[in-house]
Amino acid sequence: MAFETVIGLEVHVELGTKTKIFCNCANEFGAAPNTRVCPVCLGSPGVLPVLNAEALALGIRAALALNCEVRASSKFDRKNYFYPDSPKAYQISQYDEPIGERGYVEIVVGGGVKRIGVTRVHLEEDAGKLNHSPLGDYSLVDLNRVGVPLIEIVSEPDIRTPEEARLYMEEVRSILRYCNVSDCRMEEGSLRCDANISLRPAGQRAFGTKTEIKNMNSFRNVQRGLEYEQRRQAEALAAGGEIRQQTLRWDEASERTILMRSKEDAHDYRYFPEPDLARVELSAEYIAARRAEIPELPADKRERFVRQYGLPAYDASVLTASRALAEYFDAVAALVRDAKSASNWIMGDLLAHLKVTGQEIEQVNMTPQQLAQLIGLIDDGTISTRIAKTVLRDVLEQGKDPRVLIEEQGLAQISDEAALRAIAQRVIEANPKSVEDYRAGKEKALGALVGQMMKETKGKANPQMVNRMIADMIAGD
Amino acid sequence: MLDMYSGLRALRAGLDAGRTSPGELFAMCRNEIARRDDGVKAFLTLVDDDPETQRRLRGEGPDAGYAGYAADGAAREGEAEFASDGTAPDGRSGSAGALAGIPYALKDNICTAGIVTTCASRILAGYTPPHTATAVRRLAQAGGRLLGKLNMDEFAMGSSTENSARFPTRNPWDLERVPGGSSGGAAAAVAAGMAPYALGSDTGGSIRQPAAYCGVVGLKPTYGRVSRFGLVAFASSLDQIGPLTHSVADAALVLQQIAGHDPRDGTSARVETPDFSRGLTGDISGLRIGVAREYFSEGVDDGVRRKVEEAIALLAKLGARVREVSLPHTRYALSTYYLIAPAEASSNLARYDGVRYGYRAKDADNLVDMYSKTRSEGFGAEVKRRILIGTYALSSGYYDAYYKRAQQVRTLIRRDFDEAFADVDVIVSPTTPTTAFRLGEKVDDPLTMYMNDVCTIPVNLAGLPAISVPCGLDRGLPVGLQFIGRMFDEVTLLGAAYVYERAAGHSPLRPRFAPEVTGHGV
Repeated sequence: MAFETVIGLEVHVELGTKTKIFCNCANEFGAAPNTRVCPVCLGSPGVLPVLNAEALALGIRAALALNCEVRASSKFDRKNYFYPDSPKAYQISQYDEPIGERGYVEIVVGGGVKRIGVTRVHLEEDAGKLNHSPLGDYSLVDLNRVGVPLIEIVSEPDIRTPEEARLYMEEVRSILRYCNVSDCRMEEGSLRCDANISLRPAGQRAFGTKTEIKNMNSFRNVQRGLEYEQRRQAEALAAGGEIRQQTLRWDEASERTILMRSKEDAHDYRYFPEPDLARVELSAEYIAARRAEIPELPADKRERFVRQYGLPAYDASVLTASRALAEYFDAVAALVRDAKSASNWIMGDLLAHLKVTGQEIEQVNMTPQQLAQLIGLIDDGTISTRIAKTVLRDVLEQGKDPRVLIEEQGLAQISDEAALRAIAQRVIEANPKSVEDYRAGKEKALGALVGQMMKETKGKANPQMVNRMIADMIAGD
Repeated sequence: MLDMYSGLRALRAGLDAGRTSPGELFAMCRNEIARRDDGVKAFLTLVDDDPETQRRLRGEGPDAGYAGYAADGAAREGEAEFASDGTAPDGRSGSAGALAGIPYALKDNICTAGIVTTCASRILAGYTPPHTATAVRRLAQAGGRLLGKLNMDEFAMGSSTENSARFPTRNPWDLERVPGGSSGGAAAAVAAGMAPYALGSDTGGSIRQPAAYCGVVGLKPTYGRVSRFGLVAFASSLDQIGPLTHSVADAALVLQQIAGHDPRDGTSARVETPDFSRGLTGDISGLRIGVAREYFSEGVDDGVRRKVEEAIALLAKLGARVREVSLPHTRYALSTYYLIAPAEASSNLARYDGVRYGYRAKDADNLVDMYSKTRSEGFGAEVKRRILIGTYALSSGYYDAYYKRAQQVRTLIRRDFDEAFADVDVIVSPTTPTTAFRLGEKVDDPLTMYMNDVCTIPVNLAGLPAISVPCGLDRGLPVGLQFIGRMFDEVTLLGAAYVYERAAGHSPLRPRFAPEVTGHGV
């Protein structure tokens, strides 16, 4: 029997605020355990939360960037549960009045655009971290993360394949990074994903029984975890079995999902409105101001790169992977004759350099103006593409202008007709065999002569001129 | 001759005139505590009058509390702007220095950095907070001298102070009787002349009811008027800090010092802090006073009823226009309160799990076992009862029928007051249906105990300000008269109560053992 897979994702994103959502503690990753805490986030008796304006602003910006409708009036609620990662024994979250609802994210899949609905976006605080001893005889509690602002983004069950799930995650990350809402580093936990997955016979409307998978802490694991679970459910159903509603954990090492708890163990969180916080009332001006903070988003940029610069869709999607890269390209493209050459240089040599050095585009030692200058020098024949590759490497290393480097190293192409002609004459005389072959119709022989010519000039001869010149000289002899 | 019944202005004048000193006033209080508190048992902790303590409570110095929480100046960075532009916390008028050098005491659910704060609960035994309540910091900054921490019903749950995990406090008027609760220690300490004023907290009447039982003035400000930062939460949407004093004028002075927006409390109101003494003119001609029939049900003792009716007649004689108002949803107030307050409490008290501070049970087998043993051993019966009720009311499947329904009724109760206040300026009622009862009389009957708060609870549900002032004695025990005011209209409320207090001549009410001393000055 053919099954259709139905997937919905719950994505948690830590907001890149300076301080925590309800207190003044620094919001930073990687500090020594329990050093970024105060009476408020520790839930000491008598303390009160106060909403961080920056967290609210980033949350609203994110909701708008995900095409959500933003509530003019929303509220916080308490989600009650006992666990050592939660010093108040409740998490301040939003239950029935989230800041954003009814949004969507578009992904490019199978050559087309698919829209994935976003049910809701809500603000909440993060919990602490437990580090369990390997033997299971104790757990250490680190509360630095308590109170770090989060948004939870809940998708509609519109995702149909594990690949779509990964693409959705990547697009969400890209959008939120563009908006400076979060650095979205899955490896640091600032982007986290839980997935609900179920199968149903093709053509059936009603959903099958779902399982929830947690702990998929990389894009690759999101796809692999879901693929595993999809296969597991399909095999169970095909064998006439039933799926039980469970929460599972993806275990990367063994490459399978492991049972955490079944439906019967589900918590009753006893949500109720948080009495310590006033309702969040937003004016139309406030919402408009947050909307104005949203830059051109990746989907729009991709579309524009294709339209404005005539780039292939593939180039557009590579170049828009991050806002900084896209802006770099935009800046170079504006200064060169053919944007495709900018795209080629960025996607080729520059990205390769980033990969080798582990740098981000923001850290690169070459301004867009310098790259544009380099491309311009190729275009006007000052240097060859081959020389340009060397110059590019030197620019990245030294940060000097290409023009200066070419000057210093005497790398300018020899385009002087007379000078080249004298060298060509020498090459022709020294290689009678090649001349013979070429005359006999072996086109390849010309290449050998040109190669000799480049060697003589240390690659500085203008290749187009050399080609034409040698052919002419042999023919004219 | 000055004593702790003299009133804050008189004490201040004595200090100004050099007839006494802050150290002497502090010593006088300590003397009275030494003399009286073996019988009354109001204090849980005594604090020495040392500059270090005062400095810490003011929020100064490196050990004053966590960085960023030490001083008003360190307001929350980036506090949400949709609630901006509060009154400057020190923008008070007319009372600078009014409390300087004058001792005070605090209910033990109000946090004091470096001084044990237990809520009279075993679960917080020995707990020393790193932070100071905003209201206390403001008193300390005004030069107040903290005497100590006062007994209460555990976590402010109770009406007799018998629910203290330490010991019951006794009523200075009759040591066989309760002082009321939950701020019983505060009311008793003030009534017995051991402190000129104290701060308590009022969630359903916990300032006003003990004030009535002990013959002192007890003020519950409008919800949001005084910062709750540092008040250990019982029911967050109802709790409010307020003063217990010997006179309305003193209540106004203390309120002046502790009121005002606090960037550390998102529910503290961004409203102007008026001069609360402004309304103490002695003139109430034309003031419209409402009397709600619902507050004179058959549960009200004849003696109490008589005293309150005399008071109303006196107010009319003084020029007030008395008319009847209707608060039809009053009869639902008690059940509404006993869903909302326990629901919030069940969540607020969940943090006492033995992990980070306070009491932790020994010999637990695992985490859940530690939680449950700690909480079973650490909380008293009444607290457990309310946690259970609240947990139940919030549980899936019951939420709509209980918590949500209670919130809807709460809106109706609030609306009752809105409508009544369209016709009157203040509402008067008995503070409590009876005078102080005997210790042990009601401990086994929680429902009867809850009835004590029937006149005070609706006020908390509506968030209104209210004050209890003594209106005489019934068979030797004080009776309390409650004035209820409009939202944030403490000025009118205090003005009305002041006129009554002056005309009636009851305040300060001295228990038999503390007769007024005449003769040469201190």
